[in-house]
Amino acid sequence: MIEVLIRGAVCTVCGCCCDDLNVEVTDGRVERVENACSLALSKFKHYSSERILKPLMRVGNGFKETSYKEAIQESARLLVNSNYPVLWGWCLTSCEAVELGLELAELVGGVIDNNSSVCHGPGLIGVQDIGISGCSLGEVKNRADLILYWGSNPVNAHPRHMARYTALAKGRFVASRRERKLIVVDVRRTETAKLADEFYQIEPNSDYELLTALRCAVNGEEIELSTVSGLPVERVEELADALISCRFGVLFYGLGLTMTYGKSRNLDAALSLVRDLNRKTKFLIMPMRGHFNVTGSNEVFTWVTGYPFGVDLSKGYPEYNPGITTISDVLRRGECDAALIVASDPIAHLPSTLAETLKKIPLITIDPHRTPTTEASQIVIPSAIIGLESTGTVYRMDGVPLECKRILDPPPGVKTDVEIMSDLLSRVKELLT
Amino acid sequence: MDLNSFKLVTGRTLIQGAGKERGKFSEDYLKEVSTCELDPEDMKLLSLVEGESIVVKTEFGEAKLIAKASTRAPHKGVIFIPYGPVASLLTSPHTDGSGMPSLKGIEAEILKG
Repeated sequence: MIEVLIRGAVCTVCGCCCDDLNVEVTDGRVERVENACSLALSKFKHYSSERILKPLMRVGNGFKETSYKEAIQESARLLVNSNYPVLWGWCLTSCEAVELGLELAELVGGVIDNNSSVCHGPGLIGVQDIGISGCSLGEVKNRADLILYWGSNPVNAHPRHMARYTALAKGRFVASRRERKLIVVDVRRTETAKLADEFYQIEPNSDYELLTALRCAVNGEEIELSTVSGLPVERVEELADALISCRFGVLFYGLGLTMTYGKSRNLDAALSLVRDLNRKTKFLIMPMRGHFNVTGSNEVFTWVTGYPFGVDLSKGYPEYNPGITTISDVLRRGECDAALIVASDPIAHLPSTLAETLKKIPLITIDPHRTPTTEASQIVIPSAIIGLESTGTVYRMDGVPLECKRILDPPPGVKTDVEIMSDLLSRVKELLT
Repeated sequence: MDLNSFKLVTGRTLIQGAGKERGKFSEDYLKEVSTCELDPEDMKLLSLVEGESIVVKTEFGEAKLIAKASTRAPHKGVIFIPYGPVASLLTSPHTDGSGMPSLKGIEAEILKG
């Protein structure tokens, strides 16, 4: 029996990227994981379920196993022969793989987009409009005495966020829960709201109104209404007073702001509110990023193209216009004629009317597991799981880069995303010369 | 047939999040993403009981789900479905120029299944 203990492994589930996991491996299997939340435990327990172990190629309604070389050659041929391919995903993989994906997109033209266009993209647009008062999670842990979660339920989506960094964390200057005020704004009394000192339950799609009213109250202007977003105006003023009177506040926003009516305008208002609050006290804002490397994907996209998501490279230079060069819009217009999906499941998660377009075009998917997207694909290339079977750089939600560890060997013959992207890129270059 | 006016919210749950790691075709995951949480008062008004089959309909499609009394009530007029292939049958492809489809706050009706 060979026992190995890997300390300080980075979790590759949510944007918290917890880097304090201790993983015990016995005879090539994960035996025990310390410090993992229920989402991470499920990942470590079930990583070998529904795995794809051989490259697959579609034959009629089914698949036949194929060689890795043939899968790469055929994928390269489909991409080179397409007029306007879409290259999508890039948030459940490493920054190194994303960089290769961008090089591939430049060669084959078309649109390269990442999952943030269907999660926190509106926040990135807001940042481009307004700017952001940001910080690291370490600053929050050590200094924040007011935590505001808006349209976010970390108890379910980021289970260790509150314990590691916010309400329940033991910071250097703010040592206990009693010294931190926890406020939640949401449309339902979520598990996070139940833990809050103050909960403000608002009507769906009314975030912009409340944010705007709060800006009025913070700036000393009168709100000429009796209710805002379903709240009596006195409650709005009470919330504004709480935000002003903290020493160091942080607004963490979730998809309750980005996916609802107003979208990027909601973030314009939230970022502006935080800017206004900084005239009265210290206040910061941070998105609750979902996937473990969606932030890294935005970083690499920006280094290479100048833009964080939704980049059209079909003209030979990067073009960025959310609403036009983003996957949902490209699919809604039915313009793309091939797709490469890397570590994502758009068939299950995009509105089904958009997923239907993907089902009609040649689809190449690189993923460790069976998903509704692999089932609809023309070619499937299995990959190693980053943070478990391969190393790589990922960015935590606050923009801190972390190096994932390799804990196990991947299944025989299964390559890493970086190896697959490098081989695909080499073959595309051969076809183009 | 019972027609109503609701706002549909989709989102993450712990069971959905852990279930997707177990496998997109696993029983736990598929069961969780096929439930629709309603305010218990709304269930009374619609004469629905826990575990009853319902059809949720939006402008963009319809889906068969299992009714579940919400533990996050009160939220009258708001229904919740975890992210996944069933919720995606109902969400809006329109991005309003932002690139982001609408996955929360969508007008919905409930029909008894």
